Amino acid sequence: MTAAKLSARNLVVRRAGRTIVDVPSLDVMPGEALAIIGPNGAGKSTLLLHLALLQRPDAGEVLFEGTDTHGHELALRRRMAVVFQEPLLLDRTVLANVETGLRLRGVAGGERRQRAGRWLARFGVDALASRSSRTLSGGEAQRVSLARAFALEPEVLLLDEPFSALDRPAREEITRDLASVLAETHTTTVLVTHDHDEAARLGSRIAVMMRGRIVQTGAPSEVFGAPVSEEVGAFVGIETMFEAIIVGRDEGLLTLAAGGHTIEAIEGDDFGGVTEALVCLRPEDISLSAPGAHAAGSVRNSMAGRVRRIVPTGADARGEVDCGGVTVIVRVTRRSLDDLALDAGTDVLASFKATAVHLIPRW
Amino acid sequence: MLLHNEGDVYEIAWRSVYVSGIATILSLVLGVGLGAALAFRRFPGRMVALTLVNTGMGLPPVVVGLFIAIMLWRSGPLGQLDWIYTTRAMIIAQTAIATPVITGFTAASLAALPPRLRLQVYALGASRLQMLWIVLQEVRLPLLAAIMAGFGAAISEVGASVMVGGNVAGQTRVLTGAILLEQGKGNFGIALALGIILLAMMVAVNALFTWVQLGARRDRWSPTHAGDSHDEGTPIASPWQPR
Repeated sequence: MTAAKLSARNLVVRRAGRTIVDVPSLDVMPGEALAIIGPNGAGKSTLLLHLALLQRPDAGEVLFEGTDTHGHELALRRRMAVVFQEPLLLDRTVLANVETGLRLRGVAGGERRQRAGRWLARFGVDALASRSSRTLSGGEAQRVSLARAFALEPEVLLLDEPFSALDRPAREEITRDLASVLAETHTTTVLVTHDHDEAARLGSRIAVMMRGRIVQTGAPSEVFGAPVSEEVGAFVGIETMFEAIIVGRDEGLLTLAAGGHTIEAIEGDDFGGVTEALVCLRPEDISLSAPGAHAAGSVRNSMAGRVRRIVPTGADARGEVDCGGVTVIVRVTRRSLDDLALDAGTDVLASFKATAVHLIPRW
Repeated sequence: MLLHNEGDVYEIAWRSVYVSGIATILSLVLGVGLGAALAFRRFPGRMVALTLVNTGMGLPPVVVGLFIAIMLWRSGPLGQLDWIYTTRAMIIAQTAIATPVITGFTAASLAALPPRLRLQVYALGASRLQMLWIVLQEVRLPLLAAIMAGFGAAISEVGASVMVGGNVAGQTRVLTGAILLEQGKGNFGIALALGIILLAMMVAVNALFTWVQLGARRDRWSPTHAGDSHDEGTPIASPWQPR
């Protein structure tokens, strides 16, 4: 195992008598992109400011390549770069903005201009080089801010909700560009966001932060598919959660009972002795069909129910199905909405694969 | 010409510019430092300090003059300097009047910057001094206004200057003192002419700075800083100042 590039050890931050960050251990490995997700006020940005050596913790330390950073902050900050939610450009030309950090790091004039120009071009804003930063749109300004960070060729890049102030199309585009740059440079990155898509797209690993603590870390598929708790599940978009009793186990396949339904699921690790579990289902993993239709596949679960309501959500719709004691939230495409003539009161069959079920053990 | 001795007028006008110019430069150094501390530092008594500065922006010159006269009086604590009734004493008095003005302007303009701008500048790799230098450039326009206001307060002031300078012909007489004197003697014509000279000088200085200000503002129309602050934890109460 390689040594961590940046680590937090027993990091505690208090504000007004309240502990807002409490991270016993966090390691950012070289070349990885760690996305820290969590609800507002979870302490994500505060943690990032400490990793960026911009604030001093109340207790604990931040290590850079395994060495305590205390007393070396300025030198180490010159090996990192930070992009905030707001572009925070200086009242100068775009080029001068990108050159400022290089100047502070003592990069000579010729190389400075060349590097600034190259990164402005990489983010598609080289045409704006001689413009005043005050004349840019929000998207342009954030691109300049990214170019300013990458021009520093940082060993660690820290991004604090970098695109949340942008509208959706601008955000999509800039996220795509950043993803391609990261794939190319393999810059060690820490990204703080509350946007799951952004985290999944940019992060190679995800840490979930709640009330100042990191409650789960893992690959995106793990965090989004197999949350460790109800709280994390709710945050990562698992909308259907209900209690079930384990009534049978056979070759890694569990049979559970809930509200008169029988559900089959794959047995997770550490399930020995567990008798109850929380059944978690993502809305996109459940499909609806007409009650008479036969569910395909052997490991397919089906529950009969009645649609309680349908709520449109942009491209799709969200359906709430009452399956007698168990409520299931399902994503319905516009197409199946029409095909099944779904509306409140329609009888349906909600089906999902055994592999789509994530179980959180109850002790 | 309006005055019997044209040379006298030049000399008095020049002395006005000299005394107030030096006082403005001193006030700038003091005021920017104090203003930055008030804007960025959180310390006990900050409220009191801000109140004093805000009061100081309208400090009664006569009180300033009285206080400095007491300090510099031959029997006073700084009497040994022998500065009473010199231009040095006048520079001190005018500095005391202009410093709160520049401090107030500086503190207000720095406090109006986005709170995270300083963190961003630190993150770019700035030391504390480099950070200060960069953010001061961000407020260069309000700083120019501060200089104009400070210089205006210094050169138009009469009470303190006369009290500590003595209005001595050929030594400490400035335009405002001369106007006071000529008016007292009933020479309204001369007093008016001196007043016009004073105003003309102030207009000239302000025109110069305004021209600089407008030049700096060229080719920017509307600030488009996306600025919705997001609240993650509490605002940075005491940004850590790296060494």
